[in-house]
Amino acid sequence: MTTTGSNPIGLRLLNQASLILFAVVLIIFGVLSPAFFQPTNAVNILIQTSSTGILAVGMTFVLLTAGVDLSVGSIMFVAAAVGGKLILGGWSLSATLVVMLAIGGLYGALNAVFITRLAIMAFIVTLATRYLGRGFGLRLTETRAMNLPESFYEFGAARILGLPLPVLIFAIVVVLAHLTLTRTPFGRQIYAVGADLDAARKAGINTRWILFLVYVICGFCAAVAGIVALSQAPAVSPGFGNNREFMAIAAAVLGGTSLFGGRGAVFPGTVLGAVLIQTIDNGLNILNVNPYLYPLITSGVIFIAVLLDAIRNRTLERLNRRRIFVEMAADQSAVKKSL
Amino acid sequence: MIEFVNIEKGFFGVKVLKGVSFAVKPGETVGLVGENGAGKSTLMNILGGNLQPDAGEMRLNGQPYTPRSPRDAEHARIAFIHQELNLFGNLSIAENLFIGGFPRSATWLPFIDRRKIRERTSELLRELQLPYGPDTLVERLSAGERQLVEIAKALAIDAKLIIFDEPTTSLTARETERLFAIMAKLRERGISMIYISHSLSDVLNLCDEIVVLRDGAVVGNAPASELPMERMIALMVGREITQLFPRRDTKPEEGIALDVRGVSQPSVARNITFQLRRGEVLGVAGLMGSGRSELARILFGLDPCAAGEIRLNGQLLNGLSPRERIQRGLAFLTEDRRMEGLCMEAAIADNAALVALPRFARGLFGFVSEKKSRAAVRNIREAVKLTPSARDAQPVKTLSGGNQQKVVLAKWLLNEPKVFIIDEPTRGIDVGAKHEVYRLINELAARGTGVLVISSEVEELIGICDRILVMRRGEIRDTVGASEFDRERILRAALHEGASV
Repeated sequence: MTTTGSNPIGLRLLNQASLILFAVVLIIFGVLSPAFFQPTNAVNILIQTSSTGILAVGMTFVLLTAGVDLSVGSIMFVAAAVGGKLILGGWSLSATLVVMLAIGGLYGALNAVFITRLAIMAFIVTLATRYLGRGFGLRLTETRAMNLPESFYEFGAARILGLPLPVLIFAIVVVLAHLTLTRTPFGRQIYAVGADLDAARKAGINTRWILFLVYVICGFCAAVAGIVALSQAPAVSPGFGNNREFMAIAAAVLGGTSLFGGRGAVFPGTVLGAVLIQTIDNGLNILNVNPYLYPLITSGVIFIAVLLDAIRNRTLERLNRRRIFVEMAADQSAVKKSL
Repeated sequence: MIEFVNIEKGFFGVKVLKGVSFAVKPGETVGLVGENGAGKSTLMNILGGNLQPDAGEMRLNGQPYTPRSPRDAEHARIAFIHQELNLFGNLSIAENLFIGGFPRSATWLPFIDRRKIRERTSELLRELQLPYGPDTLVERLSAGERQLVEIAKALAIDAKLIIFDEPTTSLTARETERLFAIMAKLRERGISMIYISHSLSDVLNLCDEIVVLRDGAVVGNAPASELPMERMIALMVGREITQLFPRRDTKPEEGIALDVRGVSQPSVARNITFQLRRGEVLGVAGLMGSGRSELARILFGLDPCAAGEIRLNGQLLNGLSPRERIQRGLAFLTEDRRMEGLCMEAAIADNAALVALPRFARGLFGFVSEKKSRAAVRNIREAVKLTPSARDAQPVKTLSGGNQQKVVLAKWLLNEPKVFIIDEPTRGIDVGAKHEVYRLINELAARGTGVLVISSEVEELIGICDRILVMRRGEIRDTVGASEFDRERILRAALHEGASV
């Protein structure tokens, strides 16, 4: 009864499925269009990724605890709607941004209270607050689009050390999230809670507090994502942020985060997933593909990623199956018997 | 070290502990034995801070000890090694040891001092002779290795008292040996231990003192040398069980119920051939990892079978799904009732009726007839002597291990099987329930069912079987008839590693 310790090549490849998928997508677009590999295009992709990427980083925290947050798109919208009202009402840019971030954190805390104190399933709670936020935002904006002042656009176009501000914010969020998840007690306890809530409680971990914090972090990230999105297109439309939660979940899952908790990483995982989704969008755009085909192609890639993950899990299971004895080569044992 | 003084505890008016008093001296190993439901787990939950006693007190080194949470127990340097391990497979060994309280690299930084936990973990792993690095993920370890990690965890908090709750149930023979060797070392270091187990011979070998609990009270407390096995059993049960293994008067019939010829599967089984007659109880002995359970899975159709024939009453079973085999009269009681045998959250009646459900369907749409199923479940409950206090609608997880096993048996009996494969019929259940299970096996045989019993307890097989097959490395190495039953011969065949194949 032994389990194999060494990883065969096939499994090693499967372990890097999202990286390989990414390389394949890059090669295909690169071959089809020379414009794709221009450095400016790479920067473009990163800028376009940053909003979804930040959202997906927050989502990764929640997914790691085996939860989900369907309200992040609405959090983006509420923060943007309130922020738009304030800045059009004469508030300064910095004060507006602070209020928007606070709204994100508080919205996450609201989700967290329902989930941890009242013990309602995260899926149900955030589904409800998703509609709540959308409704509130629509009422606030009277379902009209709001154009924001120039200051927002200038903020988005700013460069620090040659890096566009959205990319810089994305990078900071990723670094902070990565360090938190891999190096701090809080981060490691998130993984423990996601793997086995009951065992985590018995190990003396304050599980409620951990769960509370991940939803606050997720809400906060959603507000940051909203700000970054506004800095690129400074207008709050009624559909702002709509359905973005699914992009965020897709990015995290593409990056190898499990919906069952305890498995996944912000870097490279979620970052790679977010960039991959945006790269496909960008590549199709450059190739002038019929826009109606975008969702089909994107979903095709996500499907392949999930399929590869399922194959990986099956392979692992097969490799770990018990063996009673080591099978000798058939001819060898035949020789032995004849002796 | 620790002293229990008149501990009382009740749930919903039912007294589970009725004034339990005993003491564990420093460096002493105390065996705690008793039937399921005798109050062992409740007492240990109180010690661990999961429950608060209604009356009485605990004293730790003479000081009052009143834990309110598992954390308090940890601070008091008391560690628990549970039957179900509390480890996180997705984290490294080092992280698992310190998950409750990581040391920081600097007080003003939120980061874990990774070097420190790695070094400390390596030290502990060396001490326990576990050949892994501190960064190894726990999911890569076997059950026995994980248990050693739990022990390392106890050592990491510098535990003075370690409680082992049924630690050997999921270990191989070799792992069990290693565990006992490590326990001996812990003892040399002056660590006190409480050892809870249904394996009474282990308790006798390991412990200085033995405390016997029955119905929430201490009925025996004496040095191990003064409590021989029979006396211990008598105290546990409250009556002398003259015969743990009930006599069976019926003999196997002539007809063959299960005919297995040349069954082989690469790396798992090689050329397995045997015949199980109607009304026969056939045992399968062998060490853990000898292929016993794997053979059962192949026979039931859960695992593939590359070569050979399996016939039930002459009908070929090869290629059929487990569902089709059940329809033809095969039943399989798995070794792990928690994971595979029962829906723990579901009601007793629903669990019992699960397999035979199609029989209760009627009418055009095949709705399940509640009345029929109720009646059948009631009959079967009586047959297996399920505790009368349990309601049909009660979730299975609230039952004791022995009663859970009876529900699984009931589930299969409802389907009136022709061949019943039972893997580890009495694992983790108490003496009284064991007796009941043996009685049921006898009854099945008397009704003409062929019973295949797989067990790691040789005494059990000798006690109830007509014949015993001994497996080693996926092959049958010996077949022993009832007249020549000999513990030594069976063990030798199960263990022997030699050229004379």
